[in-house]
Amino acid sequence: MEVLVFLLFILVLSIFLGFEVISKVPSLLHTPLMSGSNAISGITVVGAMIAAGLGEGNDLAAMLGGAAVGFAMINVMGGYFVTDRMLNMFKKKDK
Amino acid sequence: MGLESLLNIVYILSAITFILGFKLMSSPVSARRGNIISAIGMGAAIIATFLFPEVVRYQYIVIGMISGSAIGLLFAYRTPMTGMPQMVGLLNGFGGTASLLVAWAEFMAHPHQTYFGGAILWLTAIIGAVTFSGSMVAWAKLEEKFISGKPIMYTGQRYVTMAVLLGIAGLGALFAMNTAAPEATPYLGVITALALILGILLVIPIGGADMPVVICLLNSYSGMAACASGFIVQNNLLIVAGAIVGASGIILTLIMCKAMNRSVANVFLGGFGSGVQASGMEVVGEIKPVKADEAYLMLEAANSVVIVPGYGLAVSQAQHAVRELMEAMEKNGTEVRFAIHPVAGRMPGHMNVLLAEANISYDAMVEMDAVNPTMETVDVCMIIGANDVVNPAAQEDKASPLWGMPIIESHRARTVIVMKRSMGKGFAGVENPLFFRNNTRMLFGDAKASLQALVNEFKGGA
Repeated sequence: MEVLVFLLFILVLSIFLGFEVISKVPSLLHTPLMSGSNAISGITVVGAMIAAGLGEGNDLAAMLGGAAVGFAMINVMGGYFVTDRMLNMFKKKDK
Repeated sequence: MGLESLLNIVYILSAITFILGFKLMSSPVSARRGNIISAIGMGAAIIATFLFPEVVRYQYIVIGMISGSAIGLLFAYRTPMTGMPQMVGLLNGFGGTASLLVAWAEFMAHPHQTYFGGAILWLTAIIGAVTFSGSMVAWAKLEEKFISGKPIMYTGQRYVTMAVLLGIAGLGALFAMNTAAPEATPYLGVITALALILGILLVIPIGGADMPVVICLLNSYSGMAACASGFIVQNNLLIVAGAIVGASGIILTLIMCKAMNRSVANVFLGGFGSGVQASGMEVVGEIKPVKADEAYLMLEAANSVVIVPGYGLAVSQAQHAVRELMEAMEKNGTEVRFAIHPVAGRMPGHMNVLLAEANISYDAMVEMDAVNPTMETVDVCMIIGANDVVNPAAQEDKASPLWGMPIIESHRARTVIVMKRSMGKGFAGVENPLFFRNNTRMLFGDAKASLQALVNEFKGGA
């Protein structure tokens, strides 16, 4: 139960932090913000790796974990690279 | 200090890079650097997880890593900028799927859950499944594949949704009493299936024009799903990252709803734009069409021009043509700005990306709230493929369905040139009195062809 309270504490702080940081992103960059968010929601890969790395006797769980690693990695790679591709296009031209 | 503590410190550092990455997105100058820093943090977290003592088997991880990375890279480089809403939509769904699968894997691996553990499994499975199926429907609606972009309504819709919700809640109670696999497997299975159905039911009544809001909300859900799965594996990093993404999606959802003057509830109950709406105001005045050479004379004499792009610009692939016109006008000493309404594209910030792709400097793009106070000093406001977002009825006609919607006040400019294919109506199906104003000229035809004609006039005149 103590772990739970600690995790909830982290959650509440993160939500406030999230609103604070994201509200500063200009509407100019909202599309890269969303694709960047996709990349970060790929953090599930960490939980997926732990499930996929389980030892013998947990074959089905490990396979599900492996599939989860796959889906999460699509987000990680797809999200970061497409965000980079977009941000690279935002340039200020000298007149 | 043990290995696990060390690895947890790596997780803290990763969380810092994520936050820093978002913080650096507050300016286009630093945003790219922020994204790279965030990606390094992600890489560090993945390497650290490899070293965890619980991780003893690598083949499934490696298979998942390689196939997922390859597909992700393909998406990242093959998707055209016009297809960004679809890509973000798909990635939202994959994020939800990953969390759903983690919930199932943990359920299989650790049969003896506490009440709380069971509740978290239940919640993660639901959010993950709703995010997945909802995102797939949203994607199909945006692509206009398999299903039409129109709202799908049927009688008793709300009762069906309610019944599914009750089923999920009731089975959740049964599941909480016994969370041990294999006996509890059917419960979690049916809960997952019902949640998948729920995702479909929630998105099908929403029209294609409202999909940007749905994509934002599902973006938030995918973060919440990651966050919930963080509670399952008791990992801080998942909770921090998931919560920030969740907050981000909510903020964008609210911004989009505000820009469309709709409440979140109004969007999600669906059906908007499916019926024919009647406006109370009589439209007065007459249409004054012009040819490109007349429009050129107006632009040539102007000191300040504001261009209002709508999605019609992107549909006719006219971004490069508009940049050429912008360059020609700037050479002529005219100040050119782009006024971008939050719903100008198919997702938040989409129009900015499309213009940036055509090499238009980001400091020429201004937000609605920044441009409106200066509108009286604008000589020519040129509207390309936009309609509802410049409809003055939103400010003048209380009976209009657009009443109250924030608009770009182009009607206050000295002259307005509207580029339009025909006299068709906008998404909301409302007549636009702007087209009938004294200071408005209509330049009919394909946007790209019209722009090209204007560019040629400038070249010939110089």
